[in-house]
Amino acid sequence: MKSWRKTWTKMILSLSKDPVKIVREQDVILFRNRVKEMAVKIKMGLVNQTRLITAASELVRNMLRYADGGNCLIEVVSRGRDNGIRLTFTDQGPGIADIDLAMKDGYSTGKSLGLGLPGTKRLVNEFNIKSKVGEGTVVTIIKWANG
Amino acid sequence: MKTLSIFRRKTLIVKFIQDRNLAYQFTMSLNSYKLLQNKKKNILEKWMNNQLSDEGLREDLISNEELRYQSEELIDALVSNLSGESFSDLMSEEWNSVIEILSGISITRARQGFSPRETGNFVFTLKEALLNVLQEEIGEDSKLLFEESMKITRLMDNLSVITFETFIKGREEVILRQTDEITEISTPVIRVWDGILALPIIGTLDSARTQVVMENLLQEIVDTGSSIAILDISGVPAVDSLVAQHLIKTVSATRLMGAECIISGIRPEIAQTVVHLGIDLSNIITKASLASALAYAFKTMRLEVRKINSVQK
Repeated sequence: MKSWRKTWTKMILSLSKDPVKIVREQDVILFRNRVKEMAVKIKMGLVNQTRLITAASELVRNMLRYADGGNCLIEVVSRGRDNGIRLTFTDQGPGIADIDLAMKDGYSTGKSLGLGLPGTKRLVNEFNIKSKVGEGTVVTIIKWANG
Repeated sequence: MKTLSIFRRKTLIVKFIQDRNLAYQFTMSLNSYKLLQNKKKNILEKWMNNQLSDEGLREDLISNEELRYQSEELIDALVSNLSGESFSDLMSEEWNSVIEILSGISITRARQGFSPRETGNFVFTLKEALLNVLQEEIGEDSKLLFEESMKITRLMDNLSVITFETFIKGREEVILRQTDEITEISTPVIRVWDGILALPIIGTLDSARTQVVMENLLQEIVDTGSSIAILDISGVPAVDSLVAQHLIKTVSATRLMGAECIISGIRPEIAQTVVHLGIDLSNIITKASLASALAYAFKTMRLEVRKINSVQK
Protein backbone atom coordinates (compact mmCIF):
# COMPACT_ATOMS: atom_id res chain seq x y z
CA MET A 1 0.00 0.00 0.00
CA LYS A 2 2.75 2.37 0.93
CA SER A 3 4.80 1.66 -2.16
CA TRP A 4 1.70 2.15 -4.27
CA ARG A 5 1.16 5.54 -2.77
CA LYS A 6 4.73 6.43 -3.30
CA THR A 7 4.61 5.67 -6.98
CA TRP A 8 1.30 7.46 -7.24
CA THR A 9 2.63 10.68 -5.81
CA LYS A 10 5.69 10.47 -8.00
CA MET A 11 3.85 9.74 -11.20
CA ILE A 12 3.39 12.65 -13.53
CA LEU A 13 -0.06 12.90 -15.04
CA SER A 14 -0.76 14.86 -18.16
CA LEU A 15 -3.99 16.83 -17.84
CA SER A 16 -4.12 18.58 -21.16
CA LYS A 17 -2.23 18.49 -24.41
CA ASP A 18 -1.77 21.31 -26.86
CA PRO A 19 0.50 20.77 -29.85
CA VAL A 20 1.97 23.78 -31.65
CA LYS A 21 3.91 23.74 -34.87
CA ILE A 22 6.83 26.13 -35.27
CA VAL A 23 7.98 27.12 -38.72
CA ARG A 24 8.51 30.87 -38.69
CA GLU A 25 9.89 33.44 -36.32
CA GLN A 26 6.39 34.85 -35.85
CA ASP A 27 5.31 31.51 -34.37
CA VAL A 28 7.61 32.11 -31.41
CA ILE A 29 5.43 34.91 -30.10
CA LEU A 30 2.28 32.88 -30.64
CA PHE A 31 3.77 29.90 -28.85
CA ARG A 32 4.97 32.01 -25.95
CA ASN A 33 1.54 33.49 -25.50
CA ARG A 34 0.04 30.00 -25.45
CA VAL A 35 2.51 28.92 -22.76
CA LYS A 36 1.75 32.03 -20.78
CA GLU A 37 -1.99 31.39 -20.98
CA MET A 38 -1.48 27.88 -19.60
CA ALA A 39 0.83 29.10 -16.86
CA VAL A 40 -1.71 31.69 -15.77
CA LYS A 41 -4.40 29.02 -15.77
CA ILE A 42 -2.54 26.88 -13.24
CA LYS A 43 -1.80 29.99 -11.15
CA MET A 44 1.93 30.04 -11.66
CA GLY A 45 3.65 33.01 -10.05
CA LEU A 46 4.95 35.87 -12.14
CA VAL A 47 8.62 35.07 -11.64
CA ASN A 48 8.15 31.41 -12.52
CA GLN A 49 6.01 32.37 -15.48
CA THR A 50 8.77 34.58 -16.80
CA ARG A 51 11.32 31.84 -16.23
CA LEU A 52 9.23 29.29 -18.07
CA ILE A 53 8.49 31.61 -20.96
CA THR A 54 12.13 32.59 -21.28
CA ALA A 55 13.16 28.93 -21.26
CA ALA A 56 10.53 28.11 -23.85
CA SER A 57 11.65 31.03 -25.94
CA GLU A 58 15.26 29.84 -25.85
CA LEU A 59 14.40 26.33 -26.94
CA VAL A 60 12.05 27.43 -29.69
CA ARG A 61 14.66 29.78 -31.04
CA ASN A 62 17.21 26.97 -31.01
CA MET A 63 14.79 24.82 -32.92
CA LEU A 64 14.21 27.54 -35.52
CA ARG A 65 17.86 28.38 -35.89
CA TYR A 66 19.35 24.92 -36.11
CA ALA A 67 16.53 22.71 -37.32
CA ASP A 68 14.29 25.08 -39.32
CA GLY A 69 11.42 24.57 -36.93
CA GLY A 70 9.71 21.60 -35.39
CA ASN A 71 6.88 20.63 -33.10
CA CYS A 72 6.14 21.72 -29.56
CA LEU A 73 3.79 20.12 -27.12
CA ILE A 74 2.40 22.13 -24.23
CA GLU A 75 1.05 19.98 -21.39
CA VAL A 76 -0.44 20.77 -18.05
CA VAL A 77 0.94 18.07 -15.76
CA SER A 78 0.31 17.17 -12.19
CA ARG A 79 2.37 15.23 -9.69
CA GLY A 80 0.58 14.69 -6.44
CA ARG A 81 -0.33 18.17 -5.30
CA ASP A 82 1.93 20.03 -7.68
CA ASN A 83 0.74 21.37 -10.96
CA GLY A 84 3.11 22.36 -13.66
CA ILE A 85 3.75 22.84 -17.33
CA ARG A 86 5.65 20.34 -19.41
CA LEU A 87 6.99 21.42 -22.76
CA THR A 88 8.32 18.97 -25.31
CA PHE A 89 10.28 20.24 -28.29
CA THR A 90 10.80 17.81 -31.13
CA ASP A 91 12.76 18.59 -34.26
CA GLN A 92 14.22 16.72 -37.19
CA GLY A 93 17.33 18.84 -37.33
CA PRO A 94 20.99 17.90 -37.57
CA GLY A 95 21.13 16.81 -33.90
CA ILE A 96 23.76 17.60 -31.31
CA ALA A 97 27.03 15.69 -31.51
CA ASP A 98 28.31 16.41 -28.01
CA ILE A 99 25.55 17.19 -25.54
CA ASP A 100 27.93 17.77 -22.64
CA LEU A 101 29.72 20.41 -24.64
CA ALA A 102 26.44 21.98 -25.76
CA MET A 103 25.39 22.21 -22.11
CA LYS A 104 28.47 24.26 -21.25
CA ASP A 105 28.13 27.98 -20.68
CA GLY A 106 29.39 30.03 -23.55
CA TYR A 107 29.69 27.28 -26.10
CA SER A 108 27.86 27.90 -29.36
CA THR A 109 28.18 26.74 -32.93
CA GLY A 110 25.91 29.51 -34.13
CA LYS A 111 27.56 32.78 -33.03
CA SER A 112 25.12 33.27 -30.17
CA LEU A 113 25.93 33.82 -26.51
CA GLY A 114 25.95 30.08 -25.90
CA LEU A 115 23.67 30.35 -22.91
CA GLY A 116 20.47 28.91 -24.37
CA LEU A 117 20.73 25.28 -23.25
CA PRO A 118 22.60 25.68 -19.94
CA GLY A 119 20.56 28.77 -19.09
CA THR A 120 17.33 26.96 -19.78
CA LYS A 121 18.39 24.16 -17.49
CA ARG A 122 18.88 26.64 -14.67
CA LEU A 123 15.49 28.23 -15.33
CA VAL A 124 13.36 25.09 -15.08
CA ASN A 125 12.84 22.26 -12.59
CA GLU A 126 13.36 19.34 -14.89
CA PHE A 127 15.39 19.29 -18.04
CA ASN A 128 15.92 16.38 -20.36
CA ILE A 129 17.65 16.35 -23.70
CA LYS A 130 18.02 13.53 -26.19
CA SER A 131 19.71 13.94 -29.51
CA LYS A 132 20.95 11.83 -32.34
CA VAL A 133 23.14 13.23 -35.06
CA GLY A 134 21.28 13.31 -38.34
CA GLU A 135 17.94 12.46 -36.80
CA GLY A 136 16.99 15.29 -34.53
CA THR A 137 16.67 16.49 -30.98
CA VAL A 138 14.01 16.15 -28.30
CA VAL A 139 14.07 18.47 -25.31
CA THR A 140 11.59 18.13 -22.44
CA ILE A 141 11.29 20.64 -19.64
CA ILE A 142 8.98 20.85 -16.64
CA LYS A 143 8.32 23.88 -14.51
CA TRP A 144 6.20 23.41 -11.42
CA ALA A 145 3.78 26.18 -10.47
CA ASN A 146 5.51 26.75 -7.16
CA GLY A 147 8.87 25.20 -7.76
CA MET B 1 -15.15 0.73 -97.13
CA LYS B 2 -14.49 4.40 -96.59
CA THR B 3 -16.97 4.70 -93.73
CA LEU B 4 -15.40 1.72 -92.09
CA SER B 5 -11.95 3.26 -92.13
CA ILE B 6 -13.26 6.47 -90.60
CA PHE B 7 -14.97 4.46 -87.95
CA ARG B 8 -11.81 2.56 -87.28
CA ARG B 9 -9.80 5.71 -87.03
CA LYS B 10 -12.32 7.12 -84.60
CA THR B 11 -12.13 4.07 -82.39
CA LEU B 12 -8.38 4.32 -82.51
CA ILE B 13 -8.47 7.90 -81.36
CA VAL B 14 -10.90 7.06 -78.62
CA LYS B 15 -8.70 4.21 -77.57
CA PHE B 16 -5.68 6.45 -77.53
CA ILE B 17 -7.47 8.96 -75.37
CA GLN B 18 -8.78 6.20 -73.18
CA ASP B 19 -5.22 5.16 -72.63
CA ARG B 20 -4.48 8.60 -71.38
CA ASN B 21 -7.49 8.34 -69.17
CA LEU B 22 -9.17 11.30 -70.76
CA ALA B 23 -11.97 9.68 -72.67
CA TYR B 24 -14.57 10.26 -70.03
CA GLN B 25 -13.77 13.89 -69.73
CA PHE B 26 -13.65 14.33 -73.47
CA THR B 27 -16.98 12.86 -74.38
CA MET B 28 -18.88 14.06 -71.36
CA SER B 29 -17.64 17.59 -71.21
CA LEU B 30 -18.66 18.42 -74.74
CA ASN B 31 -22.22 19.21 -73.78
CA SER B 32 -21.53 21.46 -70.83
CA TYR B 33 -18.88 23.24 -72.75
CA LYS B 34 -21.11 23.89 -75.75
CA LEU B 35 -23.90 24.98 -73.51
CA LEU B 36 -21.59 27.50 -71.92
CA GLN B 37 -20.71 28.90 -75.30
CA ASN B 38 -24.19 29.12 -76.72
CA LYS B 39 -26.01 30.33 -73.70
CA LYS B 40 -23.47 32.82 -72.46
CA LYS B 41 -25.91 35.76 -72.41
CA ASN B 42 -28.56 33.70 -70.70
CA ILE B 43 -26.17 32.48 -68.03
CA LEU B 44 -24.86 35.97 -67.38
CA GLU B 45 -28.38 37.32 -66.90
CA LYS B 46 -29.29 34.55 -64.51
CA TRP B 47 -26.04 34.98 -62.63
CA MET B 48 -26.51 38.71 -62.28
CA ASN B 49 -30.04 38.16 -61.04
CA ASN B 50 -28.79 35.67 -58.51
CA GLN B 51 -26.09 38.01 -57.33
CA LEU B 52 -28.33 41.05 -57.12
CA SER B 53 -31.05 39.23 -55.22
CA ASP B 54 -28.55 37.76 -52.80
CA GLU B 55 -28.80 39.03 -49.24
CA GLY B 56 -25.06 39.37 -48.98
CA LEU B 57 -24.87 41.87 -51.82
CA ARG B 58 -22.49 44.63 -50.79
CA GLU B 59 -23.58 47.70 -52.65
CA ASP B 60 -21.47 49.75 -50.28
CA LEU B 61 -18.29 48.05 -51.40
CA ILE B 62 -18.93 47.39 -55.06
CA SER B 63 -21.26 49.07 -57.56
CA ASN B 64 -23.62 47.01 -59.66
CA GLU B 65 -21.88 48.08 -62.84
CA GLU B 66 -18.56 46.95 -61.51
CA LEU B 67 -20.04 43.66 -60.40
CA ARG B 68 -21.52 43.18 -63.84
CA TYR B 69 -18.19 44.00 -65.41
CA GLN B 70 -16.39 41.45 -63.22
CA SER B 71 -18.97 38.79 -63.96
CA GLU B 72 -18.83 39.41 -67.68
CA GLU B 73 -15.07 39.29 -67.64
CA LEU B 74 -15.08 35.94 -65.92
CA ILE B 75 -17.67 34.41 -68.23
CA ASP B 76 -15.87 35.73 -71.27
CA ALA B 77 -12.67 34.16 -70.08
CA LEU B 78 -14.47 30.93 -69.33
CA VAL B 79 -15.94 30.75 -72.80
CA SER B 80 -13.19 32.09 -75.00
CA ASN B 81 -10.28 30.21 -73.51
CA LEU B 82 -11.78 26.81 -73.23
CA SER B 83 -11.84 23.95 -75.61
CA GLY B 84 -13.84 20.86 -74.96
CA GLU B 85 -10.90 18.65 -74.12
CA SER B 86 -9.72 20.51 -71.11
CA PHE B 87 -13.11 21.25 -69.65
CA SER B 88 -12.67 19.37 -66.44
CA ASP B 89 -8.93 19.44 -66.27
CA LEU B 90 -8.10 22.51 -64.19
CA MET B 91 -4.39 21.91 -64.55
CA SER B 92 -4.39 22.62 -68.27
CA GLU B 93 -3.11 25.91 -69.62
CA GLU B 94 -6.45 27.07 -70.97
CA TRP B 95 -7.62 27.59 -67.45
CA ASN B 96 -4.83 29.94 -66.54
CA SER B 97 -6.57 33.09 -67.65
CA VAL B 98 -9.78 32.12 -65.87
CA ILE B 99 -7.92 31.36 -62.66
CA GLU B 100 -6.00 34.60 -63.02
CA ILE B 101 -9.17 36.67 -63.33
CA LEU B 102 -10.84 34.82 -60.50
CA SER B 103 -7.83 35.25 -58.23
CA GLY B 104 -7.66 38.93 -59.11
CA ILE B 105 -11.28 39.43 -58.16
CA SER B 106 -10.84 37.42 -54.99
CA ILE B 107 -7.77 39.33 -53.84
CA THR B 108 -9.34 42.73 -54.46
CA ARG B 109 -12.37 41.60 -52.50
CA ALA B 110 -10.21 40.47 -49.61
CA ARG B 111 -8.57 43.89 -49.54
CA GLN B 112 -11.88 45.71 -49.83
CA GLY B 113 -13.14 43.92 -46.75
CA PHE B 114 -15.60 41.41 -48.17
CA SER B 115 -16.39 38.47 -45.94
CA PRO B 116 -15.39 34.97 -47.15
CA ARG B 117 -19.05 34.11 -47.60
CA GLU B 118 -19.66 37.11 -49.80
CA THR B 119 -16.64 36.31 -51.90
CA GLY B 120 -17.59 32.66 -52.17
CA ASN B 121 -21.10 33.57 -53.23
CA PHE B 122 -19.66 35.13 -56.35
CA VAL B 123 -18.79 31.66 -57.61
CA PHE B 124 -21.68 29.83 -55.99
CA THR B 125 -24.25 32.03 -57.71
CA LEU B 126 -22.58 31.30 -61.03
CA LYS B 127 -22.86 27.61 -60.33
CA GLU B 128 -26.54 28.02 -59.60
CA ALA B 129 -27.07 29.92 -62.82
CA LEU B 130 -25.23 27.28 -64.81
CA LEU B 131 -27.26 24.49 -63.27
CA ASN B 132 -30.49 26.36 -63.96
CA VAL B 133 -29.66 26.82 -67.62
CA LEU B 134 -28.55 23.23 -67.80
CA GLN B 135 -31.89 22.07 -66.53
CA GLU B 136 -33.73 24.19 -69.03
CA GLU B 137 -31.65 22.77 -71.84
CA ILE B 138 -31.64 19.14 -70.98
CA GLY B 139 -35.11 18.94 -69.54
CA GLU B 140 -36.35 15.43 -68.96
CA ASP B 141 -33.27 13.31 -69.47
CA SER B 142 -32.43 12.90 -65.82
CA LYS B 143 -29.40 10.69 -66.35
CA LEU B 144 -27.73 13.17 -68.63
CA LEU B 145 -28.78 16.04 -66.40
CA PHE B 146 -27.17 14.35 -63.42
CA GLU B 147 -23.96 13.65 -65.25
CA GLU B 148 -23.66 17.15 -66.60
CA SER B 149 -24.58 18.65 -63.25
CA MET B 150 -21.89 16.61 -61.57
CA LYS B 151 -19.41 17.89 -64.07
CA ILE B 152 -20.37 21.50 -63.54
CA THR B 153 -20.45 21.02 -59.78
CA ARG B 154 -16.99 19.56 -59.77
CA LEU B 155 -15.69 22.36 -61.91
CA MET B 156 -17.31 25.13 -59.93
CA ASP B 157 -16.23 23.60 -56.64
CA ASN B 158 -12.68 23.68 -57.86
CA LEU B 159 -13.07 27.28 -58.86
CA SER B 160 -14.51 28.19 -55.48
CA VAL B 161 -11.62 26.49 -53.73
CA ILE B 162 -9.30 28.65 -55.80
CA THR B 163 -11.35 31.68 -54.83
CA PHE B 164 -10.96 30.86 -51.15
CA GLU B 165 -7.29 30.12 -51.41
CA THR B 166 -6.58 33.45 -53.02
CA PHE B 167 -8.94 35.19 -50.64
CA ILE B 168 -6.96 33.88 -47.69
CA LYS B 169 -3.72 34.81 -49.40
CA GLY B 170 -5.06 38.32 -49.85
CA ARG B 171 -5.91 38.53 -46.18
CA GLU B 172 -2.51 37.20 -45.19
CA GLU B 173 -0.91 39.92 -47.25
CA VAL B 174 -2.89 42.47 -45.30
CA ILE B 175 -1.67 40.94 -42.03
CA LEU B 176 1.95 40.90 -43.18
CA ARG B 177 1.71 44.53 -44.19
CA GLN B 178 0.29 45.39 -40.81
CA THR B 179 3.12 43.53 -39.09
CA ASP B 180 5.59 45.63 -41.03
CA GLU B 181 3.74 48.75 -40.10
CA ILE B 182 3.76 47.82 -36.42
CA THR B 183 7.52 47.30 -36.54
CA GLU B 184 7.89 50.72 -38.08
CA ILE B 185 5.59 52.45 -35.65
CA SER B 186 6.87 50.87 -32.48
CA THR B 187 10.45 52.05 -32.70
CA PRO B 188 10.38 55.79 -32.19
CA VAL B 189 13.46 57.65 -31.02
CA ILE B 190 12.48 60.42 -28.63
CA ARG B 191 14.62 63.40 -27.82
CA VAL B 192 13.92 63.84 -24.13
CA TRP B 193 16.54 66.49 -23.53
CA ASP B 194 19.27 68.25 -25.38
CA GLY B 195 21.79 65.45 -25.83
CA ILE B 196 19.63 62.71 -24.38
CA LEU B 197 17.69 60.25 -26.53
CA ALA B 198 15.15 57.73 -25.30
CA LEU B 199 14.04 54.65 -27.18
CA PRO B 200 11.10 52.76 -25.71
CA ILE B 201 11.01 49.22 -27.06
CA ILE B 202 7.61 47.60 -26.99
CA GLY B 203 7.05 43.97 -27.94
CA THR B 204 9.48 41.23 -28.79
CA LEU B 205 12.96 42.12 -29.92
CA ASP B 206 13.86 39.87 -32.83
CA SER B 207 16.66 40.26 -35.35
CA ALA B 208 14.66 42.32 -37.82
CA ARG B 209 13.39 44.59 -35.08
CA THR B 210 16.87 45.08 -33.60
CA GLN B 211 18.11 46.12 -37.00
CA VAL B 212 15.42 48.82 -37.25
CA VAL B 213 16.03 49.95 -33.66
CA MET B 214 19.76 50.15 -34.15
CA GLU B 215 19.51 52.00 -37.45
CA ASN B 216 17.08 54.57 -36.07
CA LEU B 217 19.08 55.08 -32.91
CA LEU B 218 22.46 55.47 -34.56
CA GLN B 219 21.07 57.83 -37.18
CA GLU B 220 19.41 59.93 -34.51
CA ILE B 221 22.65 60.08 -32.52
CA VAL B 222 24.38 61.52 -35.57
CA ASP B 223 21.54 63.93 -36.34
CA THR B 224 21.20 65.35 -32.86
CA GLY B 225 24.73 64.93 -31.61
CA SER B 226 23.44 63.27 -28.47
CA SER B 227 25.81 61.76 -25.99
CA ILE B 228 23.38 59.58 -24.02
CA ALA B 229 20.83 57.08 -25.26
CA ILE B 230 18.32 55.34 -23.00
CA LEU B 231 16.91 52.01 -24.16
CA ASP B 232 13.72 51.32 -22.25
CA ILE B 233 12.72 47.67 -22.28
CA SER B 234 9.74 47.81 -19.92
CA GLY B 235 7.55 46.84 -22.87
CA VAL B 236 9.55 43.73 -23.74
CA PRO B 237 7.68 40.69 -22.40
CA ALA B 238 10.62 38.30 -22.09
CA VAL B 239 14.36 38.72 -22.25
CA ASP B 240 16.04 35.55 -23.47
CA SER B 241 19.62 35.17 -24.57
CA LEU B 242 18.87 36.27 -28.13
CA VAL B 243 17.19 39.47 -26.97
CA ALA B 244 20.08 40.07 -24.56
CA GLN B 245 22.55 39.54 -27.36
CA HIS B 246 20.71 42.06 -29.50
CA LEU B 247 20.73 44.55 -26.62
CA ILE B 248 24.45 44.07 -26.07
CA LYS B 249 25.09 44.62 -29.78
CA THR B 250 23.04 47.80 -29.79
CA VAL B 251 24.90 49.11 -26.74
CA SER B 252 28.30 48.35 -28.31
CA ALA B 253 27.31 50.09 -31.53
CA THR B 254 26.14 53.15 -29.62
CA ARG B 255 29.41 53.24 -27.72
CA LEU B 256 31.33 53.12 -30.99
CA MET B 257 29.44 56.24 -31.99
CA GLY B 258 30.77 57.93 -28.90
CA ALA B 259 27.54 57.89 -26.94
CA GLU B 260 26.72 56.17 -23.68
CA CYS B 261 23.82 53.73 -23.59
CA ILE B 262 21.64 53.06 -20.56
CA ILE B 263 19.18 50.20 -20.43
CA SER B 264 16.15 50.97 -18.30
CA GLY B 265 12.87 49.34 -17.41
CA ILE B 266 14.24 46.06 -16.12
CA ARG B 267 11.47 44.41 -14.12
CA PRO B 268 12.26 42.23 -11.10
CA GLU B 269 11.24 38.97 -12.79
CA ILE B 270 13.33 39.83 -15.81
CA ALA B 271 16.32 40.57 -13.61
CA GLN B 272 15.98 37.12 -12.01
CA THR B 273 15.63 35.39 -15.34
CA VAL B 274 18.64 37.14 -16.79
CA VAL B 275 20.74 36.10 -13.80
CA HIS B 276 19.59 32.48 -14.07
CA LEU B 277 20.30 32.42 -17.76
CA GLY B 278 23.81 33.57 -16.95
CA ILE B 279 23.79 36.63 -19.15
CA ASP B 280 26.44 39.14 -18.16
CA LEU B 281 25.09 42.67 -18.38
CA SER B 282 27.45 44.04 -15.74
CA ASN B 283 29.37 46.32 -18.07
CA ILE B 284 26.19 47.98 -19.21
CA ILE B 285 24.54 50.68 -17.14
CA THR B 286 21.09 49.39 -16.23
CA LYS B 287 18.32 51.09 -14.31
CA ALA B 288 14.95 49.91 -13.06
CA SER B 289 12.95 52.77 -14.48
CA LEU B 290 13.16 55.40 -17.17
CA ALA B 291 13.05 58.07 -14.45
CA SER B 292 16.18 56.81 -12.74
CA ALA B 293 17.91 56.43 -16.09
CA LEU B 294 17.06 60.05 -16.87
CA ALA B 295 18.31 61.14 -13.47
CA TYR B 296 21.57 59.30 -14.12
CA ALA B 297 21.83 60.94 -17.54
CA PHE B 298 21.34 64.38 -16.00
CA LYS B 299 24.02 63.62 -13.47
CA THR B 300 26.56 62.62 -16.11
CA MET B 301 25.76 65.72 -18.10
CA ARG B 302 26.13 67.82 -14.97
CA LEU B 303 22.58 69.01 -15.16
CA GLU B 304 20.35 69.58 -12.19
CA VAL B 305 16.60 69.60 -11.88
CA ARG B 306 15.47 71.78 -9.00
CA LYS B 307 12.26 72.88 -7.47
CA ILE B 308 11.87 76.63 -7.52
CA ASN B 309 11.36 77.88 -4.00
CA SER B 310 11.01 81.57 -4.42
CA VAL B 311 7.69 82.37 -5.98
CA GLN B 312 7.45 85.89 -7.30
CA LYS B 313 4.45 87.85 -6.25
